[in-house]
Amino acid sequence: MPAVQETVERVKRIDVDQYRYGFETLIESDKAPKGLSEETVKFISEKKNEPAWMLQWRLEAYRRWLTMTEPTWARVDYPKIDFQDLYYYAAPKPKKTVTSLDEIDPEILKTYEKLGIPLREVAMLEGVEPKPGEEDPARRKIAVDAVFDSVSVATTFKAELKKAGVIFMPISEAIREHPELVQKYLGSVVPTSDNFYATLNSAVFSDGSFVYVPPGVRCPMELSTYFRINERNTGQFERTLIIADKGSYVSYLEGCTAPQRDENQLHAAVVELVAHDDAEIKYSTVQNWYPGNSEGKGGIYNFVTKRGDCRGNNSKISWTQVETGSAITWKYPSCILRGDNSRGEFYSIAISNGFQQVDSGTKMIHLGKNTSSRIISKGIAAGKSQNTYRGLVTAHRKATGARNFTACDSLLIGDKCGAHTVPYIEAKNSSATFEHEATTSKISEDVLFYCVQRGLSQEEAVGLVVNGFVKDVLQQLPMEFAVEAQKLISISLEGSVG
Amino acid sequence: MNVAVAKTGSGRAVSDLFASAEGRLPGSPSVIASRREAFETYERLGLPHRRIEEWKYTDLRALVGEVLPLAAAPDAAALKRAADAVKAHAIAGARKLVLVDGVFAADLSDVRALTAEAGFRTLRETLEKDAGLLTTASTDAVIALNAAMATDGVVLSIADGAQLSAPIQIIHIATAASASAFTRSQVVIGKGARATLVESFVAAGAKAYQVNDAVIVTVGDDADVAHIRLMDDAPDAVNVTSHFVTVGANVKLNFFNMTTGAAVSRLQGLITLAGEGSELSANGVNLLQKTEHGDTTLVVDHAVPNCVSREVFRAVIDDRAHSVFQGRIIVRPDAQKTDGKMMTRALLLSDEAEADNKPELEIFADDVSCGHGATSGALDDSLLFYLKARGLPEKQAQALLIQAFVGEAVEQIADDGLREHVIGIAERWLERRS
Repeated sequence: MPAVQETVERVKRIDVDQYRYGFETLIESDKAPKGLSEETVKFISEKKNEPAWMLQWRLEAYRRWLTMTEPTWARVDYPKIDFQDLYYYAAPKPKKTVTSLDEIDPEILKTYEKLGIPLREVAMLEGVEPKPGEEDPARRKIAVDAVFDSVSVATTFKAELKKAGVIFMPISEAIREHPELVQKYLGSVVPTSDNFYATLNSAVFSDGSFVYVPPGVRCPMELSTYFRINERNTGQFERTLIIADKGSYVSYLEGCTAPQRDENQLHAAVVELVAHDDAEIKYSTVQNWYPGNSEGKGGIYNFVTKRGDCRGNNSKISWTQVETGSAITWKYPSCILRGDNSRGEFYSIAISNGFQQVDSGTKMIHLGKNTSSRIISKGIAAGKSQNTYRGLVTAHRKATGARNFTACDSLLIGDKCGAHTVPYIEAKNSSATFEHEATTSKISEDVLFYCVQRGLSQEEAVGLVVNGFVKDVLQQLPMEFAVEAQKLISISLEGSVG
Repeated sequence: MNVAVAKTGSGRAVSDLFASAEGRLPGSPSVIASRREAFETYERLGLPHRRIEEWKYTDLRALVGEVLPLAAAPDAAALKRAADAVKAHAIAGARKLVLVDGVFAADLSDVRALTAEAGFRTLRETLEKDAGLLTTASTDAVIALNAAMATDGVVLSIADGAQLSAPIQIIHIATAASASAFTRSQVVIGKGARATLVESFVAAGAKAYQVNDAVIVTVGDDADVAHIRLMDDAPDAVNVTSHFVTVGANVKLNFFNMTTGAAVSRLQGLITLAGEGSELSANGVNLLQKTEHGDTTLVVDHAVPNCVSREVFRAVIDDRAHSVFQGRIIVRPDAQKTDGKMMTRALLLSDEAEADNKPELEIFADDVSCGHGATSGALDDSLLFYLKARGLPEKQAQALLIQAFVGEAVEQIADDGLREHVIGIAERWLERRS
């Protein structure tokens, strides 16, 4: 069934031209010289007051990067990137050392206000209850780390988190304040030699978030990072490292936007998660980088390496992503299920419109005994976009009792776009049980007839069925994100069903 | 991509393969020139390896290493062995066309009975005129190698409206050890014709040989065709086969492949649905044991609207064997109302068995219904227990469940006699299980 008219209209409404976050903030910034060399790497390291071991680490990555070539296997097509034509570091020009939010450049605060990011801890910190009706009762406390171009500008709720023993700070600070943790875990999930973009990130990453949850602690609030690319011609390279020690739990949210521009900007982040015995990490992303205009000009190249390591027994890592932005997305959040009985989950909604190209999916690598994984992926292609699911499920010889369930569904709106599914399923022992299904189809006529017969209009019936259908993924998102995500997608998912 | 290896493991130069065979390859001087060109393509690419996406799971450089020299023409003793093999593997009532070590054996074939119903020539004969049959639109190295080296094959044409009374069976027999056979055949099926085509690959005393076959099939509008391929080569053989099938409008095409032999095998097929209203049923079974490696790669290309395709694959993998299934359904931008389904299941009988599945969808039209499913796992313990509780020994209980498992694919064969023949081969495989 082709998408119904109403769905088409609604998708048009969130079309690339309607990008809400396309404004640019005018602030002075401090940039590294253009291009990439050992000097640039040293410049960044110096700017960050990094210890010698960190600089060494970066330089090794840089030298390794020089020997690598760009990957070309993904189903994406773009002009060659000139890596010497980028700024690898841009920071809002500091006034002086910042100790409280009030000292942050008001322009930046305004940016985040426009984005709707709750940077101000408001009265909560002082113990003043919000007046009834003033605060959204549904809004829970979220600690936010905001990254503006290359630098983390503010981290909220630090004090309260400290009380619980949770470390949540920019990674640049963590390198100075908790070198033992950073040294132990950085690069242990995504090694510096992992792939072209991860290696580049290792050499030039400027900031990002660092989270450490001590044993047995359930992190008292959602942690959140908001990434914003503002400066022209810059690449953004954040590095996020989250460690959940034995028996702990943390939920982490990530959001991203960028101004509208004609040229393409590069975003190459690395996210590493480590879950020890009995720990659980929930990582959610609403990715809404600027996708380019309706002619396919501009937009972010989003080449991201995200990987979680279920290092301990009974650990769990869950990725949830809503991908609506970026000109090109190249992203495969993965789980290495090393610990026995560990579990990996991947829930994804990827929407492409205009000239966007999405090549995204996951890898579930079963190494431990009785490990299980679940993949739910919904792809929607509209306009002239290409939307590819690419996933790997593999069980090694010793991963006895491994289980996987995969369902990926796609919908096409219009006949100028493409939806593709490329799963790799590798079973290397007989006790591994894998199930995989993928569909591209319409809502069952029977179901629609049933609803219509009970008095719903065709549109309402489609809406009802689809809502039930996407809830699988949506309900995995923390509530604050679910609202934003729902706005972005409930719309475009209508007309599809698996 | 790696630079092509100029020398093979045994130290033979790759170019020797062509140089030493050139004098024996059929064809006019211009055909020989186009062969040389094809060989240069192969030399440049070398054997496919895992860095080439289509060959990711079947790395011929690692598995095979080198291409063996062209087999000599079969002598009297070889033909005698071949004659016995024909008797053992012929399907009752079928019109047989026999190729021994890549050379057509008229004495073993039913040419006279066949020519009453269909046009027949050998590839060797057609190559006296032109190289047309040696060209395909593929960039694959093994297909280029086939074009360079093909010694013979059958060229069949079935007239419009012909209703063939018996199946045509092409039997490939290997008698030479440590040598290669290159064959290429063409089958053109006329409009409204009804035909059954069976291809069998068997060994007659040959060891460690290599087969590289290519088949080009064109099916005319309204035709009804069954195409069955049974690959039961020697356990130390290599078989790489490429199919190019183009299907007209309102066709019913039923394709079935069974792999029960060869140390390393690959069937790579491209079926293009080029006419509206056609129904394709493409099915297969891989039965693998010891250290066998069996690869079925099938691309179904829906180029026009309103076609239906169904694919059912089963793999049973024992010991340290390795089964690969790569299926891709392509739906072109205009191919609206396409209905494509693909189901692949692997049964692992041993802890060291490996099953790799890569079912792909590539869809450019919005009003379609496409899907695929893939599973892999072991035999169901509770079913085994049930059968054992009723007195069946372990092995017999397993055999029964395996038969039921592959039965889902085998039962797609419509003809009772052929289906029984296929089941017979599967049963013999089960008996070979240690």
